Parts: sequence; structure tokens; C-alpha cells
Amino acid sequence: MSFLVYLLAMALTTYLIRMIPFTVFRGKIKSRFLQDFLYYIPYAVLSAMTFPAIFYATENTAASIVGCMVALLLAFFEKSLLTASICACAAAFLVIWLG
Amino acid sequence: MNYSYGLKRGIPIALGYLSVSFGFGIFASGSGLMPLEAILISMTNLTSAGQKAGVDVIATGGTLIEMIVTQLVINLRYSLMGISLTQKLNGKFTLWKRLLLSMGITDEIFAVASSEKENISPVYMLGLMTLPYVGWTMGTALGAFAGNVLPAALTEALGLALYSMFIAIIVPPAKKDKGILLACVIAAVLSCILFYIPIISQGFAIILCAVIAAALMAILHPVKHGEGGDAT
Repeated sequence: MSFLVYLLAMALTTYLIRMIPFTVFRGKIKSRFLQDFLYYIPYAVLSAMTFPAIFYATENTAASIVGCMVALLLAFFEKSLLTASICACAAAFLVIWLG
Repeated sequence: MNYSYGLKRGIPIALGYLSVSFGFGIFASGSGLMPLEAILISMTNLTSAGQKAGVDVIATGGTLIEMIVTQLVINLRYSLMGISLTQKLNGKFTLWKRLLLSMGITDEIFAVASSEKENISPVYMLGLMTLPYVGWTMGTALGAFAGNVLPAALTEALGLALYSMFIAIIVPPAKKDKGILLACVIAAVLSCILFYIPIISQGFAIILCAVIAAALMAILHPVKHGEGGDAT
């Protein structure tokens, strides 16, 4: 099958998944339960995506754990997204490089 | 909430994307795709897990049904994010703006947009998407053309970039709001369980964990009036 057919199927599916709910839902949701649910959802999604995947983000588990600890620590002290991200990568790099 | 504020908020996302899509570029050319093909995928999909899975389907000569189902399962979380974001939009999101801006609903853009205190405007969202889109495309090109020039230890370590950013997004609000903290812990524990006992695919597991955690917390710990702007 040609690459372009695959590309079209892939891009269109992904676009529709994003576009339909974003376009259809208008106005404020009235239900308190749904409001609260949607309030918690971003954090729950990010947490589920990060754990345990972050421990396998590099092939060196020790490096991944060290990077994760650095990110947690900097996040706790409310450093910027960029700082946390760069320092975690740098720490993991050092562990891989020294190990 | 203007364009340049959005641009600024997009910088860390763009840097994270640069490294992740660099990895995607290497992966795609390793799977036998031409650099231009890898770039086209990135420009039209803007999703890391979905693209990796898509390249696998292409590389193994899978069917179109397989491609569509894979994308659906892995990317379904964007639907949930889209619904959540609609609650934060100001009145200026016309149909055409929604059709265009929905392209940019990714995990990271969603996370930053929903962490804003105020309601968001279309120009802000466009600004927020701009640099990540450029970074995603450029990283893919660099990885596909010149993936082998970087030392392996560096590309490995860059795999942590986006996960660290997620941590930096969730920890500060979790410190202040016990409900958010608990939602994160429940979601993480469930996600670990489903990771080690894989009864469902990983894309679907994330949605399931998040939905259970958020629903539990909405029942057990309803948001008080005035707490967390968007829920009032």
C-alpha cells in the first residue's frame, strides 16, 4: 500500500478524534460531578502517562530514576517547566555517561 | 492571554518536542521511511505515541483498519482533553477556529492550557501551538537526516524531557490541593498496575486510569466553590 494512503488514514483518524469533541461541546457543562471530573482529569491523565513510563524512558533504569527524582525535587520547589526538564535530562545523561 | 504570551508558554514544550521528535525521526528512518515521509507524518499528526505505532503499522505492511484502530485507541485521550478544554474557552472560539485549533490538542499543550488561571482565547491557543509545531517538525527532520551524529547517551537522556515537564506541571498544584494530589496518586498506582499486568493496550490504559481517578475524586472530594477557577 502506498505511503500516502497510510498517511491519510493516520492523520484523518487523529484529527477527527481531536476535532469532533472540541467542536461539538459548547457552553458550560452544568453537572457538578462532570465539572469536578473535568477539573481533575488533566492531572490524572498526566500522572497516568508519567508513571511508570518515566522509569523506562531511557534504557538505563538507574538514570531514569535519578532523572525522575530531580524533576520531582525541582517541581516541588516550583521551578519552571523548562528548568525541571533540562536538569532531569542532564542528571540522567550524567548517570548514563558515568555508568 | 495574547499571542505572545502563548508563544512564551510554548517554549518548554517546543524544546521537549525537539528532543522527542528527534527520537521519532531516528526511529522512522530506522524503520525504512524516507526523511520526507517522517516529516510529513509529524506535520500532519503531532502525536508521539500514535506516530510511533503508525510507523510500526507501515513498516510491517499492516492493513488500513489496523492503522485506524491503532490511532483510535492510542489517541482517544485527546477527545477527553478536548472536552475538558472546551470548559476553559472564552467566547471567541467560532466553528472555524475550533476546526483549526483542535489540530494542536496534544498532551503538553492541553496540560499548559488547562493550567492557565484565566479562560483562554483563540490567539493564545494559536501562540501556544506555534513553537511546539515548529519544534516537532524540525526535530523530526534533524533526527531523520542526522540521527546518528549525536552521542547515544544524549539522545537516551532526552527521552526524559517530556515526562519531567509533566511532573513540573502536576506537582505545584498537587501541593496546594489535596484532591489533585490524590487524583495523581490514584492514577499513577492504577497505571503501574496495568503496566505490569497488561490486560489492555497502553493507550487505552491511560484513559481508563485517568477516568477512574478523576471520577473517584469528583465523588469523594468535590471541588469547593471558588477553588480552582475553571470549576466554579
